[in-house]
Amino acid sequence: MESQIIIARRIARELKSGMLVNLGIGIPTLVANYLPEGLHIFFQSENGLIGTGPPPEEGMGHPMLTDAGGRPVTALPGACTFDSAMSFGLIRGGHLDLTVLGGLQVDQHGYLANWVIPKKMVPGMGGAMDLVSGAKRVIVAMQHSAKGAAKIVKKCTLPITAMRPVDLLVTELAVIGFPGGQATLLETGPGASASQVVAATEAELVIPDHVPEMALGHA
Amino acid sequence: MQTVSLENSVAMIPNGASLMIGGFMAVGTPERLMDEIVRQNKRDLTVIANDTAMPGKGIGKLVAAKMLRKAIVSHIGLNPETQRQMMAGELEVQLVPQGTLIERIRAGGFGLGGILTQTGVGTPVQDGKQVVKVDGKAFLVETALRADFALVLAFVADYLGNLGYALTARNFNPVIAMAADTVIVSAQNIVPVGVISPDHVMTPAPVVDYLVTNS
Repeated sequence: MESQIIIARRIARELKSGMLVNLGIGIPTLVANYLPEGLHIFFQSENGLIGTGPPPEEGMGHPMLTDAGGRPVTALPGACTFDSAMSFGLIRGGHLDLTVLGGLQVDQHGYLANWVIPKKMVPGMGGAMDLVSGAKRVIVAMQHSAKGAAKIVKKCTLPITAMRPVDLLVTELAVIGFPGGQATLLETGPGASASQVVAATEAELVIPDHVPEMALGHA
Repeated sequence: MQTVSLENSVAMIPNGASLMIGGFMAVGTPERLMDEIVRQNKRDLTVIANDTAMPGKGIGKLVAAKMLRKAIVSHIGLNPETQRQMMAGELEVQLVPQGTLIERIRAGGFGLGGILTQTGVGTPVQDGKQVVKVDGKAFLVETALRADFALVLAFVADYLGNLGYALTARNFNPVIAMAADTVIVSAQNIVPVGVISPDHVMTPAPVVDYLVTNS
């Protein structure tokens, strides 16, 4: 199975009925594809929509109904729209239950860097800093390493996104939590052993006695 | 509120002016005002907006025509030309977290000196800013933003200038309409007074200075 799909299917299990959830661009967007039938989630797009639905059928898109990446979406029954001040009031004000974001680096205390590679990639932080600062729960979805380079590091070398540590990190090899501010291996990926995870991780990982293999959400 | 032709609306904007422009990745940006600014070859503009869109769309048109001296935005990732001009030192870009940017604009329009936010604490966004503690938590002082002009796209405007917006094209539009000295509105539909029900007016007419007429 592709690593992106493993990550998305594992994170899908964290979504519970009635939650207000904001999914970032990339792997996080895939999470919506792996929810059980009938589970009602309020998906927010920070450009001003709650009730974001899947892309429209060919020829049925509306130029003024898009997600935060500018792609056409649909609005599910019960959807509502609002301005950007309201949108970020929802994000910062303790109303957003969960955000799932991509990452460039996560360090062993749970700090996330995901918005800039100085002098190389300077896209701007968009809503990332507000999401990490303000959401009730933050989950990072990312590949465990990038072309052999560690992404789960002792200390972020890239500028961090917020002083607030993330709650959960999901890769194709591991689910990592940060109880007491220390990266802890909670689950291993399909077919991966704890020692494989440790070998692929620069950060120091706490390894509990029993580490189960991750269960995946709905295919 | 006065009505104004497209040409005359843009003729009011001097070189060097600061503009707040509605839109999110060009959705909700008044495209005909962008085209007319390019046609009239305005220079040295400061733009305050969510993003610089992408080449050929919305604010991307102003970037491509090298009309901006400064951009205060949250995202430039989909516009390589903005990044190129920034790296080359031709365009000053101030990157602001999106929620902080919209709230600084809201403060500017609501008579506040600024806002306190936890967003950006302990990151490069904090550089040079005052940090205050409220109930033991650290907040950044983020100052209010205003502009000479707001360029607003409405879905519907009535003859008095009451405005409504559509779907995700609302974004920054009603907020910038409060925060500029002169508010210029391009509406997709101009309708008689009463067509918009009072409960559905999102921007009240008295804040609108000019409604651009249909050509």
